[in-house]
Amino acid sequence: MNDMMRLVEPLIPALRRYAGALTRDPAEADDLVQDCLERAVARWSQRRDGGDARTWLFTILHNLFVSRVRQRARRGIHTPIEDASEAALMQAPAQEHVVRHRELMKAVAALPPDQKSVLLLVTLEDMSYGAVAQVLGVPVGTVMSRLSRARERLRLEIGGEGAERRPASFLRRVK
Amino acid sequence: MTFDRPVSEDDLHGYVDDRLDPGRREEVEAYLQANPRVATRVADYRGQRDALRAAFAPAAAAPLPPQLNLERMVAARHARTSSVGWRLAASLAVTLALGASGGWFVRGLSVPPQAGVAALSREAAYSYRVYASDRTRPVEIAGVQRAALTRWISNRLKRPVEAPDLAAVGYRLMGGRLVATPHGPAGLFLYENDQGVRLAVLVRAMEEKDQTAPMVDNHFNGVDGVAWADDGLGYGLTGPVSAGVLRPIANELRRQTLAQAGDEVRS
Repeated sequence: MNDMMRLVEPLIPALRRYAGALTRDPAEADDLVQDCLERAVARWSQRRDGGDARTWLFTILHNLFVSRVRQRARRGIHTPIEDASEAALMQAPAQEHVVRHRELMKAVAALPPDQKSVLLLVTLEDMSYGAVAQVLGVPVGTVMSRLSRARERLRLEIGGEGAERRPASFLRRVK
Repeated sequence: MTFDRPVSEDDLHGYVDDRLDPGRREEVEAYLQANPRVATRVADYRGQRDALRAAFAPAAAAPLPPQLNLERMVAARHARTSSVGWRLAASLAVTLALGASGGWFVRGLSVPPQAGVAALSREAAYSYRVYASDRTRPVEIAGVQRAALTRWISNRLKRPVEAPDLAAVGYRLMGGRLVATPHGPAGLFLYENDQGVRLAVLVRAMEEKDQTAPMVDNHFNGVDGVAWADDGLGYGLTGPVSAGVLRPIANELRRQTLAQAGDEVRS
């Protein structure tokens, strides 16, 4: 159990960050992280030896999130994106960047869930492509194609410098 | 300009995320110098990455709320599991003390109940421990195939048995299976609520054809149970919750089975 405290506790802030970015609601995010930690405490002994604690925890968190979304879809409850309290999740941006910042958050929220998870794990959590593949239970190739599509979509939506030019579609993967 | 290996889209993302080895990074940098349009795109990706990281940095820096205190969670779990161990140890101590003080004259006292709802309650607890904790295949037939499940159980128990509906008390039917008991086949129905708490209902024929017995609370093997019998059919409701929580569920269950029995008589 000491082992668990040492390995799991430092990861809680990162779990909150990922959960917050997925749910866009700090209270729901903390609920999700609490669920995740309780499961982690209960299943620590069943964890495969040598497995990476971070990948393991994010896998639990991600699966919990997916099953919540499914449950909610079954019950027909939707959280409107605009109602979610964004303010608590993000830094107050410098005045001149306010518009761009809001656009970015909106564009991320509007990404298809599969692409969003990949983008968040890669950029926010700085996870290796292989670890992301493990967390999401998909091949690395799928991670790469989702990442590519997420980044291109964000670029077109928030209008990066080169976005108005023809996108370099010849390099894009078809998947 | 020519390169040994053509630059791929994966390389561009690896470059953005600093995942390339130094040799490859140099090659990609050279490629980007020669391809300003791609370089602009990669610069946009870098900008996105930096903006996202900056936007979500405070979420990770915020102090943890009390509900995410890991030490407390570990302590709470420890308390729960050790109290089960303590109760088991205590009941074992009582059994041993009885055996030692009473000698062989009263050795029958420490033998588990062989009949009646007390025996049924034990069988339910054994089945609960084996099947409810199974993460891979707790049930043989899933709840969506309710008709197939009840047909199977009814055939083997040689009487009509319905899978009780506990939705009113927040538990959905996961499914069920046939289990073996010293008194023949029994149907085991498993239920789960939104918190992942699982309950089991064991149903089997009683020793006497028309036996009816009032509800009896039971604690065995770390789980609580309520057992009773109606018209020769015994029921054991088992779960990791106290008898106080199980009782109202048991009442609902008994109400249903009695209503079904009434329907059959009328039809």
